[in-house]
Amino acid sequence: MKPHHGLNTHTNLISNENSDHLYNNHLLHRLHDIQQQLHHIPKQSITDLAEELKLPVSQIEAAIDFYAFFHRSARGRFDIMFSNCTSCGDMTMMQYLCDQLSVMPGETRADGAVSISDASCIGMCDQGPALLINGRTITQLSNQRLDLIAEYIQDSTPLEQWPVEWFEVHDNVRKNGLLLSAPFEPGSGLLAAIKQGAESMLASIDDSGLRGRGGAGFSTGMKWKFCREAVGDAHYVVCNADEGEPGTFKDRILLTSHAHSVFEGMTICGYLIGAQKGYLYLRAEYRYMLPVLQAVLTNRQESNLLGTKILAQQDFNFDIEIIIGAGAYICGEESSLIESMEQKRGVPRVRPPFPVTCGYLGQPTVVNNVETLAAAAHIAVHGSDWFNAHGSDKSAGSKILSISGDCLNPGAYEYAFGVSIQQILDDCGAEDVQAIQVSGPSGTLIGPDEFERKLGFEDLATGGSFMIFGKDCDLLKVIQNFAHFFAHESCGFCTPCRVGTTLLRNGLDKICKGCGTQYDVDEMRRMAALVKRRSHCGLGQTAPNPILDALERFPELFNAKLVHSDYEPHFDLDAALEEARQLTKRDDAEAHL
Amino acid sequence: MSNKIRVATTSLAGCFGCHMSFLDIDERIVELIEHIEFDRSPLTDIKHCSNTCDIGLIEGGLCNAENVHVLKEFRENCKIVIAVGACAINGGVPAMRNHFTLTECLEEAYLNGVGVDNPMIPNDVEIPLLLNKVHPIHEVVHVDYYLPGCPPPADAFMKVLTDLLEGKEPSLPKDILHYD
Amino acid sequence: MSDSNNQTITIDGREIPFTAGQTIMDAALEADIYIPHLCHRPGLKPHGSCKLCTVDVDGRSASSCTLPATAGQQISSNTTDLNEVRKTITQMLFVEGNHFCPSCEKTGDCTLQAVAYHLDMLDGHFPQFYPRREVDASHASIIIDRDRCILCALCVRASREVDGKNVFDIAGRGSAAKLIVNAPSGKLVDTDIDRDDLAAHICPVGAIMIKEHGYEVPIGRRTFDLHSVAEPGVEPVILRKGKHTDE
Repeated sequence: MKPHHGLNTHTNLISNENSDHLYNNHLLHRLHDIQQQLHHIPKQSITDLAEELKLPVSQIEAAIDFYAFFHRSARGRFDIMFSNCTSCGDMTMMQYLCDQLSVMPGETRADGAVSISDASCIGMCDQGPALLINGRTITQLSNQRLDLIAEYIQDSTPLEQWPVEWFEVHDNVRKNGLLLSAPFEPGSGLLAAIKQGAESMLASIDDSGLRGRGGAGFSTGMKWKFCREAVGDAHYVVCNADEGEPGTFKDRILLTSHAHSVFEGMTICGYLIGAQKGYLYLRAEYRYMLPVLQAVLTNRQESNLLGTKILAQQDFNFDIEIIIGAGAYICGEESSLIESMEQKRGVPRVRPPFPVTCGYLGQPTVVNNVETLAAAAHIAVHGSDWFNAHGSDKSAGSKILSISGDCLNPGAYEYAFGVSIQQILDDCGAEDVQAIQVSGPSGTLIGPDEFERKLGFEDLATGGSFMIFGKDCDLLKVIQNFAHFFAHESCGFCTPCRVGTTLLRNGLDKICKGCGTQYDVDEMRRMAALVKRRSHCGLGQTAPNPILDALERFPELFNAKLVHSDYEPHFDLDAALEEARQLTKRDDAEAHL
Repeated sequence: MSNKIRVATTSLAGCFGCHMSFLDIDERIVELIEHIEFDRSPLTDIKHCSNTCDIGLIEGGLCNAENVHVLKEFRENCKIVIAVGACAINGGVPAMRNHFTLTECLEEAYLNGVGVDNPMIPNDVEIPLLLNKVHPIHEVVHVDYYLPGCPPPADAFMKVLTDLLEGKEPSLPKDILHYD
Repeated sequence: MSDSNNQTITIDGREIPFTAGQTIMDAALEADIYIPHLCHRPGLKPHGSCKLCTVDVDGRSASSCTLPATAGQQISSNTTDLNEVRKTITQMLFVEGNHFCPSCEKTGDCTLQAVAYHLDMLDGHFPQFYPRREVDASHASIIIDRDRCILCALCVRASREVDGKNVFDIAGRGSAAKLIVNAPSGKLVDTDIDRDDLAAHICPVGAIMIKEHGYEVPIGRRTFDLHSVAEPGVEPVILRKGKHTDE
């Protein structure tokens, strides 16, 4: 397809035109193609792309350096990224494969055959350890499987000839609830909406008490109403499928096995707010789903559930396109996601204005989580009472949890809100639990004395991640992993988060190495408070949570690691002499500290 | 031993400019010396701190192993350690070498630089080994007070010492607070 | 007590008027109330990234440069706690880059330095990051020294909004975020920047400098030798100083 651009470069800075078929021309998709083809994004490609897409070179370069899946220097023909998540990652396995293939982590082997590095959680927490190879997911890793992978790579066997079952991703639904058990007839929600009328259906959504399932919990009905009332040239519906919170994978299941209800939720939203266009922003780690999702979209177009005059309604036109991210947790934040849709770095916008009035291309936009939209489709069919008969006062309906970590049966569990933590632990076969990270690293860390607490916006809010840590787990290492995650994922826009997450990471590293003192703990507490309160967006405002929670609930973790002196150096003095020792070939007593 | 406040001073990876500025207190040193006594310092040529120092004034950052030893001696023997000047506080001009690796620095200076005779990187055991980066002193020991400037003006030295002699928290008025 | 023509907000107990569309920062500047800031410059689109202008509005933390003023807001700004927060944020900016004031041509005219003086900052407090960043001296009359960049994006906005160009951008993410220029070579000489562009003069630190004009003003007569950053009306002085037209 030929791009059709009538705007000059400068206008493109502010907003890119509303192309009817973004997919083939979207900057992130084009960069992905180049990355796959050439194993990096060379200078010439940037210049060519700038010319073709009518984008400034600087905007393309800015994006390449922002997204983790793009590289300036060549990666291997087999480019492997091991998840570094506490649930679906295993760094010893990464090292094992590096050793097998004689390549250093983060580097590309001299012959260009292979490169191995790590990546933030890839959403396979119920079937890890897992990795991505040239963007494709391999789960359930074992050393035995790694040996075979090493062989295939040494023999340059194309991925297409690798065992198909390695790339299989299972749903692992362990407990069906309101949404997962309800059958869904494609079109049924739309028919109900049309029959009931937009105003009345909007009221139903509002009455249902449905709140955003991404974790923040804003009323879905209100959001849709605000957007419907907002004035604009066009309205947009965006489904946030950038499921990046470590430990979360429930959207993966909804998109794999319940895509009709998700797309129908988007279409109903479009009907209610007067949008003609919807976008599914899919995290790059789920690229493997693309054929399945495209097939569902095609099916819906063929069934007149998408396209023009949907279900014979004269003025009801709505279509959905898929935009795929490129490795950036921050794009789960709705305004960053919109920036990313607009082919820019995913930097959170200043709010207000909120997306409902000024979102994609500056137009009124609803951004909802996958689960929220699926729930909305079911509410349209079954009514608000069906939904809010479940759950608790302030938390109507159900929540799909992604349960991972130290339990017998990791997977997806759907519960009515109000369920106790202990109930969940009993169901998934978790015993001798030391702690649980509820709602992922950005959520809440709790210990056994809080297992009677309940899931819901009034007590423990959750986006779905539920990471269980058994009694033998090194919990401080987990907290350290999370601190690294946030420092890696900070977008760098505001000072508190950009510098603060790095300082917190360094502080924790120092303590974990056994070089920390009470002073370092106090410093970390002070910095954590500042980052939490003064950061620009939700990432920074939640990044210190694991540290603050751990300091409050598990102080002994830190105390056990502390050196009992007033002050310890912030760098390894003796290691700082190593380079000089090498250069001078000295190893006498004076050559050490 | 007298009742005077014992003050030790040293210059690590610095240029002695802070010491020169300190001496710019001129005749006020006569008054000051009524209350203080210099311990280890380039001014006295005493080689090591007595273990009863009250105040240690440290100019310069850390660029080599010897700097670290001297700094630790000061921290162990001085009740109050003051980082004096830009280099002690953030590495200063010497830390501009951190833009390069130590290998690059030494190869340029001793192997590849213009006019280098008999190229070799010195490795005599008498020469302290260089740290791979220059660091400010608070990255290695606890520092009690900071006296910024390049150099801090003589008045700033007087103000901080006078405050301490009077038993007050040292503070710098804005007109003598600067980083250059 | 306030109708639409006579709306007020209260900053540290002082009631000041504002007009619709103004931010807290706009209203404060108009009332000669100084709220420390680095990434804000009147006339350019607010950015809200440095967080120096953080205030507490009815108990909630907000950036005064981006938050619209609304009638009746109770705002704390010049408090011990908030100034401590601002000092810490300034220290974070200092240790994150390579800010060697004694060797910087901007010293004495640098807003980062002046804000630090204002907040009685004596040291960087945190361990230095000592990042390795590139210098771009390719242009005949303008130099970029990224060691000193604080990512305020004033140059990015000045170029787009005032100069009508698009010379600068911020690339990358997290602590690897960096200032880049819009040219395939990545060099300033290959952009359409002019020496007289606002973008060449607006840098609050010494990251973008006009060449061959270093240390022209003797110590004692530089902007912040003579003025406090908190003085009303000092911003135009700083900008003029950058252009060296008032000497």
